[in-house]
Amino acid sequence: MAEASIITDEMRAIIGKESDPVTVEVDKSAVRMFARAVGYTDLIYYDEQYAKSKGYRSLPVPMGFLGHPIFRPDMPSRPLYVMALKSPYERVLNGGSDIEYYEPICAGDVLTSTAKLVDLSERSGSMGPMLIVTGETTYKNQAGKVVAKFRGTLIQY
Amino acid sequence: MSNQVYFEDVQEGQEIPTLRQNCDSQRLVMWAAGSGDFYQIHYDKDFAQGNNLPDRIVHGALKHALLGRLLHEWVGDQGRVKRVACQYRGMDIVEEDVICHGRITKKSQHGGENIMELEVWTENPKGQKTTPGTGVVSLPSRKP
Repeated sequence: MAEASIITDEMRAIIGKESDPVTVEVDKSAVRMFARAVGYTDLIYYDEQYAKSKGYRSLPVPMGFLGHPIFRPDMPSRPLYVMALKSPYERVLNGGSDIEYYEPICAGDVLTSTAKLVDLSERSGSMGPMLIVTGETTYKNQAGKVVAKFRGTLIQY
Repeated sequence: MSNQVYFEDVQEGQEIPTLRQNCDSQRLVMWAAGSGDFYQIHYDKDFAQGNNLPDRIVHGALKHALLGRLLHEWVGDQGRVKRVACQYRGMDIVEEDVICHGRITKKSQHGGENIMELEVWTENPKGQKTTPGTGVVSLPSRKP
């Protein structure tokens, strides 16, 4: 790019730094609400007895669901590494998601997530200059086992 | 779910049954609630148009989840959807159908699991691929 980079040393310094852990609850109503929004009809996501008959401890989570961080009005709802980025762009689009489960996650689980920024890059597209922010969140269950990873790309423009 | 698919029954290159989901404004609101993503470009037409969008757009993460449902409905009770990755290359607009596709790219066995890798994607009603990606699932075997 001919223009100067908007990625400062201060922004680069955030790459790789692990966030403080965030507690994530997985509860039955949330699993049902997520499954319903996606249009699932498989009772495995709605009926706990049925899920147990299929070998699960409780309702398993459908692909994409990683519980909800405990909401607090005094805490930001975006990952802290995004909050810490002093980007000149105000608009955000979701660039992509990659979710991998290593173990089934079920309702009743309490997960601990840590997030980090893994990459920053710049590109010029139809909407003008863009900052591509790639983050990774790791989820451990109550036994300390890594159960899932989320890698996400945000496009700021 | 019936008609369990088994590892031995599928071949590389094979396409799996498609999934078609209409994404009307009610579905986008349900997704906002279910996911916790309350960004107004997905349910407030004026807000979306104020952000240079033609109308409300389907959440990228909803399309990711629909690709997950595509795979879940294919692998059945005894299969497992392990990974879905996709890129949101094109926008899908409210009220339109999102059509999810998958094609098997690789069959392998490791760690006692029967693993299938797939190319997955969504198309809009014009046949444009808006969300290319990949998936990994495990399938049961017919052998005990």
